[in-house]
Amino acid sequence: MSEAAAIHAGVEPQESPLTPESWGKLGMWLFLAGDAMSFGCLIVGYGILRHASANWPVPKDVLGINLTAFMTFLLIVSSVTMVLSLSAIQNHDMARFKKFLGLTILGGLIFLGCQAYEWTHLITERLPEVGLSFSTHLFATTFFILTGFHGMHVTGGVIYNSCVLAAVTRGRYEAKHVEIAGLYWHFVDLVWILIFTFVYLL
Amino acid sequence: MAETTHPEPNYIGVFWWLLILTILEIAVVYMPIAKMVIAVMLVTLAVTKAALVAMYFMHLKFERRTLALVALSPFVLCVFLILMLTPDIFPH
Repeated sequence: MSEAAAIHAGVEPQESPLTPESWGKLGMWLFLAGDAMSFGCLIVGYGILRHASANWPVPKDVLGINLTAFMTFLLIVSSVTMVLSLSAIQNHDMARFKKFLGLTILGGLIFLGCQAYEWTHLITERLPEVGLSFSTHLFATTFFILTGFHGMHVTGGVIYNSCVLAAVTRGRYEAKHVEIAGLYWHFVDLVWILIFTFVYLL
Repeated sequence: MAETTHPEPNYIGVFWWLLILTILEIAVVYMPIAKMVIAVMLVTLAVTKAALVAMYFMHLKFERRTLALVALSPFVLCVFLILMLTPDIFPH
């Protein structure tokens, strides 16, 4: 029976239309498209507020980009370890899979540590020094909302990846589940690439 | 069933590209050229990096074409949002 005929007969098509090998992958892509709209709205809002402001500071002079450049590098590396762990589990090399997924989780944790350090430094020292506190200038407000929303995604990703690692170890998850978790993790990396450019460098 | 059918992309090669483009971005920021030129270069580099991650790490290049439309839909929304807010950005 063709797909169209199956739908006509009221029977669910067996195969996901856009991602034939897995419905879960299509689900994750749809979730990510929605999530990207949230980030898109925040970034567009940031751009418009900045454009409308008469005294927007130069971000890199206030925030500094050395630590953030390192954080960008860290997320890119953790994306690479994520694809290497997927490649390992597809080749049934479980030791290599655990090593690389473990490294991905570790990368996420170090990223969060760097962000916690950066926020503490900005809130307690740097921003009061230049007179741009959270409640007095939209520069600080938009910065914390954007990086905070992203930081929550990294936190979610670390928890997600840890659950996947545990589930694969117990034999409940297989390669296709790792690929879906990977989609989420790479999306978090992708969004950071954009935030690094729009919030720190531009 | 869990096995993918497409050949595995050169992940390490993509990593080097991402690294080179990131270093370029940081170099561009310090270049003594017009701000507008810097902005255009930065956005181009960032979009290129994002596309590399989506195409190779997220395997979008090896998926059905229609899935790319799903992935691109948020950008359409962003453009629409900017257009709707134009009266606010340029009043009168």
